[in-house]
Amino acid sequence: MSVVFEKTPLLTDKQFHYCPGCNHGIIHRLVAESIDELVKEGKLEAGNVIGVAPVGCSVFAYDYFACDMFEAAHGRAPAVATGIKRSRPDTLVFTYQGDGDLASIGTAEVVHAAHRGEKIVTIFVNNAIYGMTGGQMAPTTLIGQKTTTSPYGRDEAWCGAPIKMSEMLAAVPDSYYIERCAVNSTPNIIKCKRAIKKAMEYQLEGKGFCMIEVLSACPTNWGLNPVEAMKWLEENMIPYYPLGVYKDKGAEQK
Amino acid sequence: MALTLMKGSEAIAEAAIRAGARFFFGYPITPQTEIPEYMSARMPEIGGCYLQAESEVAAINMVYGAAGTGARVITSSSSPGISLKQEGISYIAGAQLPCVILNVMRGGPGLGNIQASQGDYFQGVKGGGNGDYHLLTYAPSSIQEAVDILQFAYDKAEKYRMPVLFLADGIIAQMMEPVEMPEMVEYKVDPEKKPWAATGWKPGDDPAKRAVINSLFISTEELAQHTDKLQAVYREAEKNEQMWETYKTEDAEFIITAFGTLARVAKTAIDEMREEGLKVGLFRPITVWPFPYAALKEACEQPSVKAVLDTEVNEGQMIEDVKLALNGARPVEFLGHCGSQFPTTAEIIAKIREMKEAK
Repeated sequence: MSVVFEKTPLLTDKQFHYCPGCNHGIIHRLVAESIDELVKEGKLEAGNVIGVAPVGCSVFAYDYFACDMFEAAHGRAPAVATGIKRSRPDTLVFTYQGDGDLASIGTAEVVHAAHRGEKIVTIFVNNAIYGMTGGQMAPTTLIGQKTTTSPYGRDEAWCGAPIKMSEMLAAVPDSYYIERCAVNSTPNIIKCKRAIKKAMEYQLEGKGFCMIEVLSACPTNWGLNPVEAMKWLEENMIPYYPLGVYKDKGAEQK
Repeated sequence: MALTLMKGSEAIAEAAIRAGARFFFGYPITPQTEIPEYMSARMPEIGGCYLQAESEVAAINMVYGAAGTGARVITSSSSPGISLKQEGISYIAGAQLPCVILNVMRGGPGLGNIQASQGDYFQGVKGGGNGDYHLLTYAPSSIQEAVDILQFAYDKAEKYRMPVLFLADGIIAQMMEPVEMPEMVEYKVDPEKKPWAATGWKPGDDPAKRAVINSLFISTEELAQHTDKLQAVYREAEKNEQMWETYKTEDAEFIITAFGTLARVAKTAIDEMREEGLKVGLFRPITVWPFPYAALKEACEQPSVKAVLDTEVNEGQMIEDVKLALNGARPVEFLGHCGSQFPTTAEIIAKIREMKEAK
């Protein structure tokens, strides 16, 4: 009998705590598989990987990724990753952050990491809501979307339009590669995996700041079942947050 | 040994480098900007890293990242900037990372002013950030003392796995004094000596050896175990690390307590008073955490001592520790001013005379 599928060694045996229908599990696996492949392809020395976990639903990511890990304060992962990368420039350094973490409390840190062209990869999981604290409005919450702190629906006149991080960071001169993906279908999962791996390859080549934004479903806090949540993401999130490459200095040079 | 006339901030920066610091993350703020300026020129010369962060918040989190890889890291700021760093300092203490943090204190609260002050005593020794933690906190009173303490600061930080804080009033950074500089230490991270650091764990290695730099312990029991471990470290530091100076306390009728550069003003006042026959001595804590409670009590409970005068460049902060140490054994009076007005020798002498007459 031949092995056709197995757990990637870059994930520990710890069981995920994520809710049913949450996309973090898929995204964790894409990150771990990409690292594993880079090691197998001889592009990265095993052990030369350090991850930074955020505050939010993926706060326990340090229990799941099988590499040296840091738990950062809320929003500060890009600053922590900066300290790590400057001290260990030979290491693949990634941050894994949600939208409350990256797009609200951590905007200064991520904008300036991009601005410095910090050689790190940021995985930005956008589910348009604060998950861990139980479904509050995020800067990414859509207009009209009801949350526990926007019970009448998000009102643009009162709190502005949802923030578009990929578009913002693509405009920063020294960001290198910015792509927005989703994991709502098999083709999109494959595209997302390619983007994550490409970002990591860029880092190993010494290129600048890379961010892969991944639109992600939150059935629990959206009050939908997993199938309905995926449909809601496709009908509401993707039109406002269009998928695609926002910047790729590597491709521009080809 | 050769003495060099140096500005405090530059001597401190160079001393940190000679103690093995190779990473500096900071942000400009008066009156300590000469430290980042010096670092920005010096670090590239020796293969180190100077990085100007976008804020003090980011700078202290960069310290967290680099310290977690085992490197010797330093950051400096002044009072309002140190307030911004408190979040990160609490995380660093919780994650048990060694590093050195310099606070060149200026007047407060809020933006305060840019003159030398001692207003951050409470912030430095009673917490600052959230949770039950302490920093090994030194209050140097001369540039030479700051330079000398820096030579062992990283060893202490690494031994106890706790951050070291320098509580220096602005005068230390701004004045010039002759200093004897130490030899350069070439520090290399040894994963055997820092098994907790992120130095390259890979799948297949012992899972217990994977570095997880973290201050989150979600279960009640685990957090209790973690804080018990921290408290045990603090008790050990309290036992081993207290430093203080006494000056002419042997036969003193009055003892002055002061820290940092104000202790030097107190010494001048003491010498003048002694010429007049007034028997006054000085007790100066060098570590303000751990505070030398027992030594202060012993000095002040000599039969000759009638009362204690605590003097500070603030409205009375260390006086709480002085009173805790004495526990009512002697009366304690206070002389101090808010933000930046140093009590003068004349004021100190007048206050002691007043205390003498009241007896």
